[in-house]
Amino acid sequence: MNRINLPAALLVVLILGVWEAGVYLLSLPVFILPPPSRIVLVALVRTPDIFPHALVTFSEILLGLGLAVVTAIPLAIAMFAKPNLEKAFSPFLVASQAIPVFALAPLLVVWLGYGMASKVFMAWIIIFFPICVSLLEGFKSCDPEFRVLFRLMGASFFKTLTLLYWPWALPRFFAGLRVGVGVAGIGAVIGEWVGAQKGLGFLMIQSNARLQTDLVFAAILWLTAMGLALWHLTGILETIIIKWKKEI
Amino acid sequence: MLQVCSVTKYYQGQAVFSKLDLTVGPGRFHVLLGPSGCGKSTLFDGLTGVFPLDGGRLLWKGEPLADLRLHAAYMQQKDLLLPWFSLLDNALLPAKTSGRDMKAAKDQACRLFERLGLKGYESHGAHQVSGGMRQRCALVRTLMFDRDLVLLDEPLSALDAITRQSLQSLLLMLQAEFKKTILMITHDIEEALLLADEIHLMSARPMSVSRHYVLSSPKPRKFNDPALLAVKAQVLDQLEGGLSREPH
Repeated sequence: MNRINLPAALLVVLILGVWEAGVYLLSLPVFILPPPSRIVLVALVRTPDIFPHALVTFSEILLGLGLAVVTAIPLAIAMFAKPNLEKAFSPFLVASQAIPVFALAPLLVVWLGYGMASKVFMAWIIIFFPICVSLLEGFKSCDPEFRVLFRLMGASFFKTLTLLYWPWALPRFFAGLRVGVGVAGIGAVIGEWVGAQKGLGFLMIQSNARLQTDLVFAAILWLTAMGLALWHLTGILETIIIKWKKEI
Repeated sequence: MLQVCSVTKYYQGQAVFSKLDLTVGPGRFHVLLGPSGCGKSTLFDGLTGVFPLDGGRLLWKGEPLADLRLHAAYMQQKDLLLPWFSLLDNALLPAKTSGRDMKAAKDQACRLFERLGLKGYESHGAHQVSGGMRQRCALVRTLMFDRDLVLLDEPLSALDAITRQSLQSLLLMLQAEFKKTILMITHDIEEALLLADEIHLMSARPMSVSRHYVLSSPKPRKFNDPALLAVKAQVLDQLEGGLSREPH
């Protein structure tokens, strides 16, 4: 995990190099396409302006993530315990993914207002599905021979859940969480585009209207950095919680 | 102790076993010996209630019984140790799931660890020890079920010859020292001859007991025991006869 992915690093350097050189060679105006060096500079120099917006977006993502985790876990357990519940909920879960979030955003702003609630809800819709489905699949992937063993031990569902199914499904849960963390920003930013008073999405829309393209890119850079940080944090959390996985 | 009376199981319209009878006496080491795929494991699954039997009944100490779920311990071909628990915690699973007094259970498990040569490895993970030690830990867990009957489903077939030999003596210990009644499945004739008090030779599908041998040679046994060699010749003869009678 700590090792540098050399091919990826080289590709990034190559893309940034071509971008930087292309902007200078074609004499592109900054408001059309700023060079990467300028974007990094703006992202750093304008930190005092960007940070309050980033904090709002980050809070929305974290709240959406938290809400998704605390709702996805009980539903996945309930669907695993009662297959009829899974049959009942499955179409809704799939439908929640089939509806484009963009289509819901204006409605959510109308219903939940311009504040954080509508963005948290957007993030929740996006994150909930991968976590819930991954966890459910994790429970189902449990080796039947272990189920027989627990059955013969006379273990209750709750005991089997805590001692067998939950640890068994943890790697899948974290896989889902990583996917969720990766896409969480989308929900929050779309919500901010539609209607907000703060946040990186709001900053992007504002800067775009003023042709401050470098600031738009700087906001994207901050959003990417936040996403990567959360992704790595999830990885660290996974390593700490699933110690046995690393040792096998 | 256990009477299996005329049990029947069909799979996809074909009888896996039909009107099968078996009597397991207390303190005896019974071996079901038969070719791979004849339905021995299916019989165990039926006895333990993994799926319902299609006919017949079980009597436990003279009383009718639906399945052996709460009366038998089970040890399978795989050691089924959970990687997120230490060896000791794996051994304590039957106590954890049944809500027994954990202090007493821990003392019992530690004594068994010492008796089976696992002392000092209590906190090791299953992946940190050899295959033989894992099987011994599975044996401790089987003993921690605290049940009179132990069902063994080819517990030694996945092991190398040397480890298998040492575990065969452990299985004898299970009977002699821990006074367990054992019902073991195997397709290994020599293993059956070394361990069994009674061999039930199973025929191919639909499985039935084709011959019943009572072995009275004292244990531990040696392969050059003339009585065992005589039984071995009979068993081989019976198996070859059965095979030659099978339709091609």
